[in-house]
Order: sequence, then C-alpha cells, then structure tokens
Amino acid sequence: MDFTTNYMGLKLLHPIVASAGPLSGTLDGIKRLEDGGAAAVVMFSLFEENIRHENEAFSHLMESGTQSFAESLSYFPDVDSFHVGPDSYLNLLRQASESVEVPVIASLNCVTGEGWIDYAKQMQQAGASGLELNIYSVEADLDATSEEVEQRYLDILAAVKSTVNIPVALKLSPFFSAMGHMAKRLDQAGADALVLFNRFYQPDIDIQALEVKPSLGLSSAGEIRLPLLWIALLHGKLNASLAATRGVEKPDEVIKYLLAGADVVMTTSALLRHGPSYMTVLLDGLKAWMEARRFSSVAQVRGGMSRSKVANPGAFERANYIRELESFQSAYI
Amino acid sequence: MKPSQVTTLEGNEAVAYIAYRVNEVCAIYPITPSSTMAELADQWASEGKTNIWGNIPLVVEMQSEGGAAGTVHGALQTGAMTTTFTASQGLLLMIPNLYKMAGELTSAVLHVAARSLAAQGLSIFGDHSDVAAVRQTGFAQLASSTVQEGHDMALLAQASTLEGRIPFIHFFDGFRTSHEVNKLTLIPDETIRMMIDAEQVRAHRGRGLNPDHPFIRGTAQNPDIYFQARETVNPFYAQLPSIVQQKMDAFAELTGRSYHLFDYFGHPEAERVVVIIGSGAQTLIETVTYLQTQGEKVGVVNVRLCLPFSAEHFIKVLPATVKAITVLDRIKSPGATGEPLYADVVTVLAEAYANGTLPTPAIPRITGGRYGLSSKEFTPAMAKSVLDELKKDKPKNHFTIGIDDDVSHSSLEYDAAFDIEPDEVVRALFIGLGADGTVGANKNSIKIIGESTPLYAQGYFVYDSKKSGSRTVSHVRFGPNPINSPYLIHSASFIGCHQFVFAEKIDVLENAGHGATFLLNSPYGPDEVWDRLPRSLQQEIIDKDIRFYVIDASKVALDTGMGNRTNTIMQTCFFAISGVLPREEAIAKIKESIKKTYGKKGEDVVKKNYIAVDQTLARLYKIDVPKEAKGTIDLPPTVSSKAPEFVQQVTAMMMAGKGDQLPVSMLPIDGTYPSGTTQWEKRNISAFVPIWEPDICIQCGNCSFVCPHGVIRSKFYPETRLKNAPEAFKSAQINARGFPDTRYTLQVYVEDCTGCNLCVEVCPAKSLQQSGVKAINMKPKEPILKQELANIRFFESIPFNDRSKVDFSSVRGTQFLEPLFEFSGACAGCGETPYVRLLSQLFGDRLIMANATGCSSIYGGNLPTTPWTKNAEGRGPAWSNSLFEDNAEFGLGFRLTADKHLEVAIQLALELKGAVNPALVDQIIEAPQATESQIRDQRIRVAELKAALIILDTEKAKDLLSVADHLVHRSIWIMGGDGWAYDIGSSGVDHVLASGRNINILVLDTEVYSNTGGQMSKSTPMGAVAKFAAGGKPVAKKDLALQAISYGSVYVARIAMGANPQQTLLALREAEAYPGPSLVLAYSHCIAHGINMEHGLKQQDLAVACGHWPLIRYNPALRESDRNPFVLDSPRPAIKLKDYAFNELRYKMLSRSHPAESEELMKLAQQVVNQKWEIYEEMASGSGSRFHPDASVKQKSKK
Repeated sequence: MDFTTNYMGLKLLHPIVASAGPLSGTLDGIKRLEDGGAAAVVMFSLFEENIRHENEAFSHLMESGTQSFAESLSYFPDVDSFHVGPDSYLNLLRQASESVEVPVIASLNCVTGEGWIDYAKQMQQAGASGLELNIYSVEADLDATSEEVEQRYLDILAAVKSTVNIPVALKLSPFFSAMGHMAKRLDQAGADALVLFNRFYQPDIDIQALEVKPSLGLSSAGEIRLPLLWIALLHGKLNASLAATRGVEKPDEVIKYLLAGADVVMTTSALLRHGPSYMTVLLDGLKAWMEARRFSSVAQVRGGMSRSKVANPGAFERANYIRELESFQSAYI
Repeated sequence: MKPSQVTTLEGNEAVAYIAYRVNEVCAIYPITPSSTMAELADQWASEGKTNIWGNIPLVVEMQSEGGAAGTVHGALQTGAMTTTFTASQGLLLMIPNLYKMAGELTSAVLHVAARSLAAQGLSIFGDHSDVAAVRQTGFAQLASSTVQEGHDMALLAQASTLEGRIPFIHFFDGFRTSHEVNKLTLIPDETIRMMIDAEQVRAHRGRGLNPDHPFIRGTAQNPDIYFQARETVNPFYAQLPSIVQQKMDAFAELTGRSYHLFDYFGHPEAERVVVIIGSGAQTLIETVTYLQTQGEKVGVVNVRLCLPFSAEHFIKVLPATVKAITVLDRIKSPGATGEPLYADVVTVLAEAYANGTLPTPAIPRITGGRYGLSSKEFTPAMAKSVLDELKKDKPKNHFTIGIDDDVSHSSLEYDAAFDIEPDEVVRALFIGLGADGTVGANKNSIKIIGESTPLYAQGYFVYDSKKSGSRTVSHVRFGPNPINSPYLIHSASFIGCHQFVFAEKIDVLENAGHGATFLLNSPYGPDEVWDRLPRSLQQEIIDKDIRFYVIDASKVALDTGMGNRTNTIMQTCFFAISGVLPREEAIAKIKESIKKTYGKKGEDVVKKNYIAVDQTLARLYKIDVPKEAKGTIDLPPTVSSKAPEFVQQVTAMMMAGKGDQLPVSMLPIDGTYPSGTTQWEKRNISAFVPIWEPDICIQCGNCSFVCPHGVIRSKFYPETRLKNAPEAFKSAQINARGFPDTRYTLQVYVEDCTGCNLCVEVCPAKSLQQSGVKAINMKPKEPILKQELANIRFFESIPFNDRSKVDFSSVRGTQFLEPLFEFSGACAGCGETPYVRLLSQLFGDRLIMANATGCSSIYGGNLPTTPWTKNAEGRGPAWSNSLFEDNAEFGLGFRLTADKHLEVAIQLALELKGAVNPALVDQIIEAPQATESQIRDQRIRVAELKAALIILDTEKAKDLLSVADHLVHRSIWIMGGDGWAYDIGSSGVDHVLASGRNINILVLDTEVYSNTGGQMSKSTPMGAVAKFAAGGKPVAKKDLALQAISYGSVYVARIAMGANPQQTLLALREAEAYPGPSLVLAYSHCIAHGINMEHGLKQQDLAVACGHWPLIRYNPALRESDRNPFVLDSPRPAIKLKDYAFNELRYKMLSRSHPAESEELMKLAQQVVNQKWEIYEEMASGSGSRFHPDASVKQKSKK
C-alpha cells in the first residue's frame, strides 16, 4: 500500500505530520516524534515578539539596580557569549536536521518585516527542510482594513520567498471575508502550501476574579469542520499543497481530511494526549480503513470527497441552517 | 614589538589585568573596593583568557579572606605563581598567613585596594589603615598613585618579588584609584614576559614542596634558634630596594615610563617639601607645579616603595636646600608618637643626622599630619595649606587637614576657593539617579573620548548611602593632557542634572563655575521651566552667568521605548552642547558605542537607543535666562523643624551632602548614634504609591505584613476618635466580632514608599465590580500627597494598639503592632526587610540585635539615617554590627551578658529582698514572661523595684539598678545574610548553635552575596549563575537546616513569607520562645536574582511549590512528648524546578550562555530537589523517638 505523499515538494513516507507544538521543543522530543512515526515534524514557532521581549527583559534585569550603590555596582558576571535572539531555536533546528531522517519544518511568527527575512534566512541556513509562516495576529486595530491585512500576508510571503529557496507554507487564520480568493492570491504569489487553520487566541473571562484568562486547550474532533470545509473547497484549485490541522483525535479525522483533499494531516493535540507513538495508531487506522475499502494508495483517497468530486457539491456551499430546514421535510411524507 | 595599546580602565581592572597575566592561581574572596579585581579574574578565566604562559589561571573563591590567604600560602608553598586581591578587614584576616609567607621568603604579590578599617564605624572608603596594620608582617609594600601606576606597579612588584623573594603588598587608594576610570597605556604581553624572569619563575617552582626531593618547612622552633632564624632574612630586605629600582629602570627602558623608589617633583632648590603615599601625591604634584609658577620653592616626595623604607634612596631625593618637611599619612594611629610614614621619615632623618649623611646643613624641621581618611577629599587647596603651614616658624605638628577639628584643634585651615584646574580641562558633573543609567552613560562617554580621540579622560563616581532611589554624582574630566586630579570637581564647566527633583531639593549648581553650562532634564518645557525653579537656583544661574539648557529626557525615553533609562539621551545632550567633540563626530561615536555596548543584547536594544539619540537633539532647548530671579519656590528644609536637635544639627547636614562641614565636636565620640532617624528623611522616591480602598479591603493585613519599608500601617480605634479627622481620612468598620463602634484605618506613609508594588501583588481582595481594582492600588502620588500628609498626621495622633490586645498569632493581628524598623534604604521591594520589620514588630521593645556586615547592616546602619527606631515608651531594638565574620560570636556575647546580669540581678534582688518589697522580688524572680501581658506585668514590677532601689540608695541598690533591666527577658537575635551564615561566619554559627544557649539566628538567605554585588556563596543553588560561578554553580547549596537539626537541640525553621506568611509568623515566634538556640532560614528574594522585584513574593511561592525551598520546622521541645519534632509545612512539589528557576535571570542566563550545561545542571538540580524531598518526607513521618534526645533541651524546658 502506498502512503507516500508530496507536501510542498517534500517527499513524505505518509501523510501524517507533527504540527508545531511543545513536543518539538527539545531534540529529544523531535527524535521521539520521528520514532513515534511522524512523516515530518513542524517545529514549535519562533516568535519574534518573544525574542524581542526576552532581549529587553535580559537587558533590563542585567542593569537593574546597577551603578547605584558603591559596593554593588553590578549583580551579574559580564558574560560575553550571551546567546540572545533566535540562537537556541536555530541550534535546536540544526541539531534536529542532522539527527532525524524526516523533514524538519521550521515555524516562524514575526512582527517586523526584517524579522521575517532575517529569521527565515537563518532557518534555511540551519537546515530547515521548509518553512511554515505562522502569521498570527489579532487585528485589534479598528483602523486596519481588510485590504491592509491581506496585503500584509502577501508582502510577508513575497519577502520570505525572495529570501529562501526552501518551500514555504502559510499557516492561515480562517477569518478572511473571501477565504477562497485569499487562498488563490497566496497561491499565485508562490505559497508552496497552505496550512488550514491556525487556532486563534480566544481568551475567556473569569467572572469571579474579573480577569481575562488566556484559554487554549487541546483541540477536539468537533473542530475539524472549518478546515475540512475549506480543504474540500480548495482541493484541486491551487498549486499549493494543503495541510489540515486542528481536531485530529482518531484515525477518522485523518481519513476525513484526506478525503476532503488534504495533502498532509497535522496533529499535536492527539500526540500530547497519547504520546508521540500515537502517530502509529493514526496510521494503522488509516491503513485499516483503506484496506477495508481496497484503496491502494493515499493518492486515491485524497480529495475523494472534495467539492469537485463529491456527489452533492452544493452541500459544501449552503449554509448549515438551510440544510437543516431542508432535512426537516421528509422525502417520504 | 606591537605598539602599546591605549585604553580607558578602572584602577581595579588595570591592576587585575597584570595580576591575571603573571599568576597561575588566584584564591579570592569579595570585599569592597577590591571585589572587581577578583570578579574580573574569574570572568577572564571563564572566558578562557590565558596568562603569559598560555594557561588559564585557576580562580577559586574561598569562604573568607582567611581561607583565601591559607590557599594562597598553600599554592605558593607548592610552587604555583599565586595572588589574591583584598582590602580592609579582609587583609587583617590574612595577617597570620602574611607572616608565614614573608618568613618563608615566598615570592608573591597581593593587590590591595586600600580601605579604612572598622573602628567607631565601618567605612568602605579609602585610606591606608589596612596596609599600615600589616606593616609588621614582613611583606614589602609598593604604592601606586594613579590608574596607570597601578597597572605598572603590579608588574614591578611581581618582577621584584621573584628576584628578591620578599612577598609584596601592592596597594592603591580604595575607590579613588580602584574605581577611577582613566586613560592608560597597557603593557604588552611581550613586555610583561621580558619583565618576568622565566628562570626565577622556575626557581620559585623549585622551592615548592615536592615528595621527589622532600624537605620540611614550617617547623616549630624553640628559644635556642627562633631569634637567630628570624634574623636570617635581613640581607633579603637590605637588597630589595636596589632590586626594585633595577626593575623600575628596566621597565623604563621598555615602556618609557620611569619610576623611582621615591619620586621627587618640584623646585630643585625647594625649601618646603611634603612626603606622601598614594593618590594624594598627585594633588601635591599639581599644587607644587602651580606654586612654582608663583615663585614658591616647594616640592613633594611621592613614596612608592614604602617598605622596606630605603633611607639611602630617600635621603638622595631630598633637595639639599630643604628646610621644612611635612609627612602626610592617610592613617590614624591613636596614641602613637606619629603615624607610620612620619615615624619612618623622622627616624631616617635623625639617623642620617647622627651619621652625618644628611645632605642638608641642619636637620630640617619635620611635622606630620593626617589627611584623607575614608576617602575624605584632599584638594589642591588643602595641599597648599599644608605647604603654607611649613612657612611658619612653628608649624603645627600632628595636624589634620580637610576637617574642622574643634576639639583637639589639630586641623589646618584652608581656602576652599583656591582652584588651580586648567581651563583646557572640561570639568563635568552629572547628578543622576542610580536607576537612570547616568553613571553607565558617563563611563561610556569616557570610553568614547579616551579610546577614539587623542583627548584624555577621567571619571570618578560618588554614590549615596541608600540602595533604592539613590543619587549618583559623576565627576568627569576631559582634556588634551593626562588628567591625574584625584579629587572631586568643585568648579564645573558643565553640570547635568538628570532628574528635575534634585533641582527642587538641593543646590545643584553649588559646584558650577562661572559661565558653566547647565543641562536640566525637565518635565517643563522651555517656556515654563524657569518659573518652576527655586528662586535660589534662578539667582545662581544669573550670578554665575550660566548657559541653561533643558530637555524632557524622560518623555523622549518614554516615546522611544527606553522606559526610565534616560542615559543615552542625556549623554547625547552633553556631547551636543559641551563642545568636547564636534557635534556630528560625537553623535557618530555615540552610535558606534551603542552598537558595541548593546550589540550582544540584541538589535532591538541598539535600534531603540539610536532612535533616542536622533530624537534628542530636536527636543533640546536653550533657555534665555531672565535678568532677575522672581521665583516663588524655595528649597525645602532638609528635615522637619520637629526633628530632634541631633537630627537637625548633624543628621540633616549629612543628608544634605554637607557632612564634610561637620566639625569634630558635633560627632559622637564612640560611634553611638540615636535610633530612628529615617523617619526624618522623607525621600519621596516614588511617583506612584499604594492607595487604600476601605470598601474593598478585608483587613487581612497582608499588605502591611509584606511591606519591605514599613510604610503600610494599621490601627483600630473607637469611632469617636474620628471627630477631628481630616475630610479625606479613610476608615472602615473593623471586621472583627466584639469590637462595636470601632473603626479600622490602613495608612500609607506615601513619602517613604519606594513604589515596589509588593503590597498590591499580595492583596487578595478584589473589587466585585471593577476589573483590576484591588483593596490597595498603585496611583500617582502627586495629586494625593497633601491630603495624605494631613491624614498621616492625624493617624499618628491615634495611639498604637495595646500589644496585649493584639493577636500575635495571626498575620492579620501583626498589622497592629508598631514596626520598630522603618523606611530603610534597602532596594525597592527588598525580600529581606519584611522579615526584619516583622521581627521588630514582634519583639522590638526587648530586642537586641547582632547584625553581620552585609546588606542588612547597610540598610540597617549606614549613616546618615538609620531605620531601627523606638516606640512611644522609648523602647526599641538595640542594634550593633561588629564584623562580617564574627557575628554569631558577637551575638553570643550579648546572651552571656544577659545571662550573667540576670543572675547578678536575681542574686542582688534576693539579698535586698528585705529592704524592698519581698513579695515583689519573689514575683519578679518567678513570674512567667511568655506572653505580651506577662512581659508588661513584669515591666511594671521592675519599674516598682527600681523606684524602691532609688529610694534605698545603697551601693547594692545601685548595683542592682545597673542590671535590673535584665529582669525583663531580652530577645536576642543574631542576623545576617548567607555570605555570613554559610561562608565566612559558618564556623561561628555552628559553634553558637552548639552552645545550647538561648539565642536566635535569622539568616536572610538571598543565596548570593548581595551587598558586594552578587558573588556565589555556599547557599547559591546548583545551576544558578553568580559572580565566581559564571558557568553556573555545579554544586548544590548547603543544607544548613539539616546540619543544625543534626545537633538535636536546635530549633530550626525554613520560611518563605511569600509562600506561607502564617508559617513565617509561627516559626519566628516558636524560635523566640524556644529556650535554646534557634536557626531560622528566610528565603529572601533579591535584586541579584535578576527578577522584577514586584514579583518577588510570587517567586518565593514558586520556590516552595517546586520543592527548592521546603518549609520546615524542627522543634526539639516536641521530642520531649515523643511527638515528631520535624514538621514539613509545605506540600509535595507541584511544579518542576525550572518553572520557578527560569523566571529568574540567574538561572536563565546560563540557558542562554551555555545551553547544554544549563540543561545538564537543571536536570541534576531537579534530582537534588526530588531526593531532598524524599529525605524530608521520611523525617516528617514516624514518632519523635526517631530523633535523638538532648539533655540541654530537657533542662531548659524544665526551667
């Protein structure tokens, strides 16, 4: 049975990939993901904002209270070889690329133009097989127009593409007015893959403490619907590969995503719940399902239920409530 | 040979640069002002820098200077080239080994940043008391008077000791030279190698102990030969001066810098000559140079080789024309016939006269004087006065210069206005806050000018006595010729005032010369600023024809993301208007240096600074100075007119920076100062202060409990008291049952608050309606200041609550106890002072405290103002600091006095029983004193007894009166940091704990030497970075608690207020109540941990939660009832060590500098935590019989 998959030009043994998450935070973790059976590993995201914040914090704390009192003009040794910036991330990426057989895709989230360019370049030099641009921001500025937001995505993509020659994926948010058109524009601008979708920061409110609480739990199977919809809609329409991420709990979700048209299916939550070896369970489930239905390759499965191939393509387009109302009427009465 | 490199360095670095290169082993211990040398050696070693033989010197931190000396001695005796760096008491702790090293003719150099010795008070500043105290040891002494000389003499001493075999102390003036930044020419390694004779190095090694050709050194000698053997070394001392001079000559050949054992400067036919050692010589050289231009025949002898003092060489440099000599010593030798250098000179001249070798026709008139103790200024004006005095027929002998001695009338007068600084020198004064980066910016400016232009530069920095909100004054000179003016700037051509508040409080232009430029950081723009200045300052600007500029640097800093760091902005202004360099060139150089300084901290920090530089110039304004001063603002008085007389006359002068003007008669004769003076120093250092919301408050007392500065106080009182309350005075119904019509007020002493925010962090009460609003919130002070001052006045009119009515056992109750430790100058948010304040609340009115040198002795006892205070009855903590190393023993002395005098008092009371009230005596002797009310009752009884004794008026009655106070039990505490308890005072702590005596030891454990700037102690945890552990400490911290528990008779507790305040309270009370020795280890978060201090309590909580700091109590008294004396008060670790540790820079640094090592050390550290916890759990289970019994506890409990 042929599970091989092409994801943005990368040849993968099968279509299940470890998405960006805490398991890739250490070399040991990345090795465990490979041993667990991941076809590729997307490393956790390098956040430029965090690096900037850490730099400032280091600088502030190193100087805090210094040059104030004659006996204690400083509090720390003046360490010359201070690794600030992306060094530790890049070191890990370098070690991972050298240590594991599967492709290691670096993930990046920046807040400045030069950040995207500099870090992307450094990630390529450190041996990344591909890049995933995790363009992630809450557009809280009421004066920012949708055109500006969309243009920013395109600008970042163009900047990075002109800097590196490894494949570049974009991890997208679903909140575009014209998601399809946006996907098309990104595809035309040279995106090698689209990763659908990022799980957005959606804080909660603590009604006892009257505080805003960050809230980001593991994803559940119920969350696959939105990516599933858009993968089904986009499959076959773009040159870019499509990666599905979010809500993989069991082999069922992998199969659904592949049927919708995903080139690869990514998961972190399932691996956090069950450990990296759960990758094998997902793959075995896919295999069993394919065997039962006598599929001989993943390629045959892929897109089988996409909008262009499904028996009733309208089902992907009409809003849910219409379908519910329609189904309210029995065909037999 | 490579061209010599010109650079700018601090004196300490200039010396350490050489010491590191010519040694293989450095055994070190931190002590101000020498610590930097040791720190640099350690840093260079960790960076892999090599000495001239291509190997990396071994740098080992010891537990004390005594330990360092022993290690140095051992390394030398086995043939390694070895050194150490020290000062003051540190050098004194080395004395026994100094004798050994010298007696054994061991080639070595010790580098000393010479510092005062603690006498009537400790001083960290410079004089020659320490080196004078070791004159008898046999070490040669070589002095440096400038930074360049420090660099050069370090090498000359090393070269000389190798050839001459006599060990050397190379010294230079603490702070004045050790901390001065100056331009110097570095000695290339090739030159160093040429000066250090390889054969002599091998000979040194060859003299080392070696089992391949064994011998014995260090024998015990008897009367038959000791004396003769002691005399064997004489030829070595005799030839040493010649050897040193030969080395100096060789050095001059190589470098062009020529030195002599005694360097004479001045008129070749001088009639009046001053002899002096150290930096003061430079002042005299300047003065003599000037006076010669005025036709005066004067000169100065700069003594370099102080010991052995070569009479021959000294006589040779004296002009034959000299008629009068004065010898200046930077030492006081009470009771001696004169200070050491004076004695040497007198002896030499007298002997020369007797021998007929004197070059002068008659013996010159010789006088001696003292100057510059504890870095007291020694200026050209003072130098001139000394020289002028020699013109008199009968010049004053044994005089002092620089002070007003109105008691012994020793002092010479001088004309302070005498100023000889050349106009070509730009003399700049910068007044800033420690936190605003002023000093750093000035050091940077010196580097810029000194290293990238032909100009010379000098910087010296004066800090104040407080660790928070401290004022810094930078004295910076730039000029075309070398600058060796070792005194402060008194006539500045540029004054930068980096904080507007200083212009409102002090005379910032006091030291401005005529026509100087004045740059003021002002929140008020060019149109408004003039009217905001005090009238006296306006007048000064007009009178001195000052060029006046303003910039709102704080706003520029805020706008450009620099926070409160105004340093780059003010530095840019200085370069823009001072004319030191062309403006464009200066700006380019600033940016270059920003790149260099902040490059490793990230591109971002660099960019922010660039933007700040660019925005600065557009927002710098020159003010048109009006012709008249019409201001309506006056400088406020330093202290309130209600302050006691001593505070008004003495303390206030020190607070105003005019302590130099205090005459001898104004100062206490024996170092005794009044308590409670911080209350008069309203520092107003925080613009934000906590504001209380009575409606939200649950009156838990947490805010008051954690306040490091004692500014949050609570009282409850009858509602009727509110009748005359100010309108804005806040109160709430007390939320306790049984107190009808009783109000509660929580008052913040806003002028004393440092704005640390710990109170807000710890407040558990939140508004039910408004997000982010607690029962206490930080708000701007300015709008509420006036009303709060009225509120405080009213609050103070309400008496403190009766101690016998306060529940001591709850955190809530303690808020009503008067703090007798208040408004200290500790860092904002200090983790130590909440414990100290709590101690003062619990036991303050009968507390006697022995305080080890360190942070707590500095915020507790550094003048001008001190925080230990007294209550309305006049009772309060009696506090003293002896030394760093002896504190436990010092405190045990307190206990022994208390025990003895109690015994004497009881004995006398029994003897006098019939003459006074017999029942009263019985009650006094037998009454329990466990609770506040019992203590109060005992006080009443003792007062009654004393009254009866006064009437009795017999010898015995007087004797009993002198000890009767001891009949009220004293609470004796011994307090200090981990540097003391774990390292230097460890053996004392151990011994005192083993004594069985009723003493209480509180260790304020910051896990690092905080006061001297973050050096590793044995308390430093594994994986943390500290100075001397730049690569992360590889060894776990010592478990002092387990050590103490092993005695069985010691009450031991480990507490962390931020994790469990109730346990803290319980432990301190149990420790005090326990009749034997107690040890309480208190987790104290610290600025040296690299944390945002407002999260200090949260870090304490995490330290406990991860198991790094398990809360325990071991109470031997429980053993008696077969209960388990070991109680584990914290739950099983719930988080990983790293979840606590990586919030702190001390751990995080290593993960950035050495990620692999960090990971490995954190893994091991986690294992340590896990295993320790298992041990503790094991100990906490089972019955008390598992712990061995102790007879002393049983006996004490019976009492």
